[in-house]
Amino acid sequence: MRYHPLSEADRRAMLATIGVPSIDALYADAPPATLLKTPLDLPKGRSELDVERFFSRLAERNLPASRAPFFVGAGAYKHHIPASVDHLIQRSEFLTSYTPYQPEISQGTLQYLFEFQTQVALLTGMEVANASMYDGSTATAEAVLMAHRLTRRRKVLLSGGLHPHYAEVVRTVSRLAEDEVETMAPDIRAAEDIIARIDDTLSCVVVQTPDIFGNLRDLTKIAEACHWNGALLVAVFTEAVSLGLVKSPGEMGADIVVGEGQSIGNGLNFGGPYVGLFATRHEFLRQTPGRLAGESVDADGRRSYVLTLSTREQHIRRDKATSNICTNSGLCALAFNIHLTLLGEEGLTRLARVNHANAVLLAELLAEVPRVEVLNETFFNEFTLRVEGDAAELIEKMAARGVLAGVPVSRLLPHADLDDLLIVASTEVNTNEDRDAFVAALKESL
Amino acid sequence: MLDRPALVEPLDDDGTPATFTGNRGLDQEEPLIFEIGRLDATGVDIDAPAPVSNRLGALERAAPIGLPGLTEPETMRHYVRLSRKNYSIDAGLYPLGSCTMKHNPRSNEKIARYEGFADLHPLQPQSTAQGALELMQTLADWLMTLTNMQAAALSPKAGAHGELCGMMAIKSAIAAKGESATRNVVLIPQSAHGTNPATAALLGFSVRVVPAASDGTVRVQAVREALGPDVAAIMLTNPNTCGLFEREIVDIADAVHEAGGYFYCDGANFNAIAGVARPGDFGIDAMHINLHKTFSTPHGGGGPGAGPVVLSERLAPFAPVPFIRRKGDALELVEDAEGSQSFGRLTAFHGQMGMFVRALAYMLAHGGDGLAQASKDAVLAANYVRASLRDVMTQPFGDRICMHEVLFDDAWLRGAGVTTLDFAKAMIDEGYHPMTIYFPLVAHGAMLIEPTESESKASLDLFIATLRDLAQSAKAGDMMRFTQAPRLAPRRRVDETLAARKPVLRWEKKEAVA
Amino acid sequence: MSDLRYSKDHEYVALDGDVATLGISDYAQSQLGDIVFIDLPEVGKKVVKGKEIAVIESVKAASEVYSPVSGEIVEVNPELGETPALVNDDPLGRGWLVKLRLGDPGECASLMDDAAYSSFLKTL
Repeated sequence: MRYHPLSEADRRAMLATIGVPSIDALYADAPPATLLKTPLDLPKGRSELDVERFFSRLAERNLPASRAPFFVGAGAYKHHIPASVDHLIQRSEFLTSYTPYQPEISQGTLQYLFEFQTQVALLTGMEVANASMYDGSTATAEAVLMAHRLTRRRKVLLSGGLHPHYAEVVRTVSRLAEDEVETMAPDIRAAEDIIARIDDTLSCVVVQTPDIFGNLRDLTKIAEACHWNGALLVAVFTEAVSLGLVKSPGEMGADIVVGEGQSIGNGLNFGGPYVGLFATRHEFLRQTPGRLAGESVDADGRRSYVLTLSTREQHIRRDKATSNICTNSGLCALAFNIHLTLLGEEGLTRLARVNHANAVLLAELLAEVPRVEVLNETFFNEFTLRVEGDAAELIEKMAARGVLAGVPVSRLLPHADLDDLLIVASTEVNTNEDRDAFVAALKESL
Repeated sequence: MLDRPALVEPLDDDGTPATFTGNRGLDQEEPLIFEIGRLDATGVDIDAPAPVSNRLGALERAAPIGLPGLTEPETMRHYVRLSRKNYSIDAGLYPLGSCTMKHNPRSNEKIARYEGFADLHPLQPQSTAQGALELMQTLADWLMTLTNMQAAALSPKAGAHGELCGMMAIKSAIAAKGESATRNVVLIPQSAHGTNPATAALLGFSVRVVPAASDGTVRVQAVREALGPDVAAIMLTNPNTCGLFEREIVDIADAVHEAGGYFYCDGANFNAIAGVARPGDFGIDAMHINLHKTFSTPHGGGGPGAGPVVLSERLAPFAPVPFIRRKGDALELVEDAEGSQSFGRLTAFHGQMGMFVRALAYMLAHGGDGLAQASKDAVLAANYVRASLRDVMTQPFGDRICMHEVLFDDAWLRGAGVTTLDFAKAMIDEGYHPMTIYFPLVAHGAMLIEPTESESKASLDLFIATLRDLAQSAKAGDMMRFTQAPRLAPRRRVDETLAARKPVLRWEKKEAVA
Repeated sequence: MSDLRYSKDHEYVALDGDVATLGISDYAQSQLGDIVFIDLPEVGKKVVKGKEIAVIESVKAASEVYSPVSGEIVEVNPELGETPALVNDDPLGRGWLVKLRLGDPGECASLMDDAAYSSFLKTL
């Protein structure tokens, strides 16, 4: 086996040193009945060529985003990633290292995490950020739990503009942790009166902008109402590129900002791995979940970085930890960090403008199509269409015509009676030809 | 003329700067992007946006963000220099116990980047992603076969998330039986990973600690004494965190079941037994599998991981959404929990697909036979290290057969003036990443060594010889080698107290001196 | 320091009328190592003997402090937020943790005096 360096002679020599007759003898502690007497019903090992052939065949049965006019978003977005990002994250020293528990030989990881934390704090308009979470949805659930700890209240109010899957994750964790959740009705036009629902029994309110239907939301007044009632505002985003063009949640008064960072540096990957962003105020640091890289000095007084405030974490606090999480999304955070360094403020702003402009162009074209209505007043790179008939059937017909047109709302909210709605995203990858193909396929499929 | 770079001060013994730049040959210092980047620099050329009238309402950003940029050559240099400050499994033996730092095949990296996997959107029509669903189903089948369990939930994002998933299924099953009010205690042995009690506490369970016997394992008698009608479940790691097989695991499972509880097995150490024994045969109800350990998806400096969970027949109905089922010739991803007993959703999408590809590629490359060989070689290597060091180092539970990792304590260092931490730091100067230290807590000054099946005998022999040499130095009182270590790494010992007392977690623009 | 009374968990109380100043012993601080953060209770909180009153964190450990007496918190040491190292440097002086008004001054009788605590330490 190409991955196993030990030869039979090596094994015999090692067994002699140990003083046992066979490797099987090393399993003497296992109850004999539990040891397999015959090999499992699994195929034999295969060559590298053969394994790659197997996966090529599977891959061919999928239609990748780059092979079609592509407008699917709703929480994950197709962006162009510079080749240098993928090259750098595959360097052995990044790819095959562990969590930086030995800072003297992990400064590379620790420094990029420190840079990542700073970038996330700047982007969200917050004071501090952690070294990343699993993804945006789990970061949202962690933010709610953190708000519960900070306010000593156990009820959350979810906006009807929050990604329905994020809301489900929060509801699942809350139900099983025996905390209360109130969810507003799906709010297609960002018209809900969430402020009227805020009172002093809430630990926090969770609002997403741009929301799941693409609308931009001003959080300022919601934040004020939260603070008046001793509650916290958790702001969520799923499209990190939007922060290049719209006001940051921090600027609008959010207390905890969480979001999905996939858009910057990370591919679609059929849903993961992604990178959850988590930022908050300095005063809440001790209740923040996840890893933190901090600045210090070494014995020679040289600037150094080290994981810090680990007494919050499960390996020390055990049942009193702030979270059961013991990993971040290191390599995805690195990809985010590198891509954002390549972009810089100049590039990010321009990228965001191109995304917005492409979405506006598409919305303008679609406004001309009969039996279709663009519902949004405002949006960044994503908006909601009302179509005649069933949107899920429509996108299947459009897929058959080679266009991946978006996400039917019924896929996210199957019981909301919103079967005629379609969420459409447009990024820098879309061309005029893509837009024309979209409109043509739509007209033919309606 | 440029001044010396100010931010690094590597000093010689007499206090003078060693070099003008602060660099030492290939060991190059690197500032933060915030110190070398510019707001108007970019490494990405983007066409101008089409002129449109904006639809941002009043929410367009007015103030600058403050994000520096670098051009592409500068970016390459920055990150290549950073990378060279890291140790890695590709560069050397990485014996971190309970972490499993084994070889990461590059074919897996290549396959994960096939555009048919890497460039798929989780919400594109399922008819356009049948190959991806087939891949997930194949992975689930392999996991169920290897564990003899009846269902697999793929969506958990990491081991701890998998624990949460398994314990949520258990809590849901207890609720379905109408026992929520009475069953609220989880039994956890002292030596458990910290995530176990943290997970139990998150779900509102209280934790009852089960003591270990003097041989480092949990006895069924101790479990029986802790059991009662209030017990929801036991969380047990096997092989345990001391690297020992829980000999009475089958009896423990029976006892827990008799008392009406469930058995959650922490599968972090599955890599010792994959292909050799099946956890389902121990009588467990749920177990997470760290794909980044047993199936070698890269650790990536701390994630992303993946923690699928296998479930017994009686927990299977409570598995989270989404899950895959066959519908005629096609595969269907069931994403809606309503109307079923599923406990709900753990994450926005379907789990760590990128890791599924790598893990399945690893499985196919090994085959059933190769996976068993990997487990056996890992156990062989750990026992070889044990047998080669047992005369110079001490083991907390006596010299006995271990599984894939061997646990030493610091009894042998007593009186030498060298701590476990000193010993670990001295290994850095010898070119090794230290073993896991001070875990598990049940061993004083613990040193947990997991060599994995990826090491050649020559590599193990040099590692053993190095540890023997260090051990002799420690006993001989050669303090410099330890208390001053590391001396030859990119950094000397880092002041963790300062970092925790005055947390600096981000770069801030220094105020100009007036 | 003869007016100090110690518990077996290495807390001390210094009595001044019905107000007790509470901290941890020099032995306790030396065992904990460099202290980096102290989670103190709020003024007004009622404390029960034997229950957690504060958490002291070093870099790698978090240790609960259990109150050896019952009462109500009347003051917490304002300097510890900025300078937790005071507990290492001067545990019996500037490194005190809280002051509480005793519910039952008789509880102090069961605590050890200096001499008894010193002999207790020798048994460890």
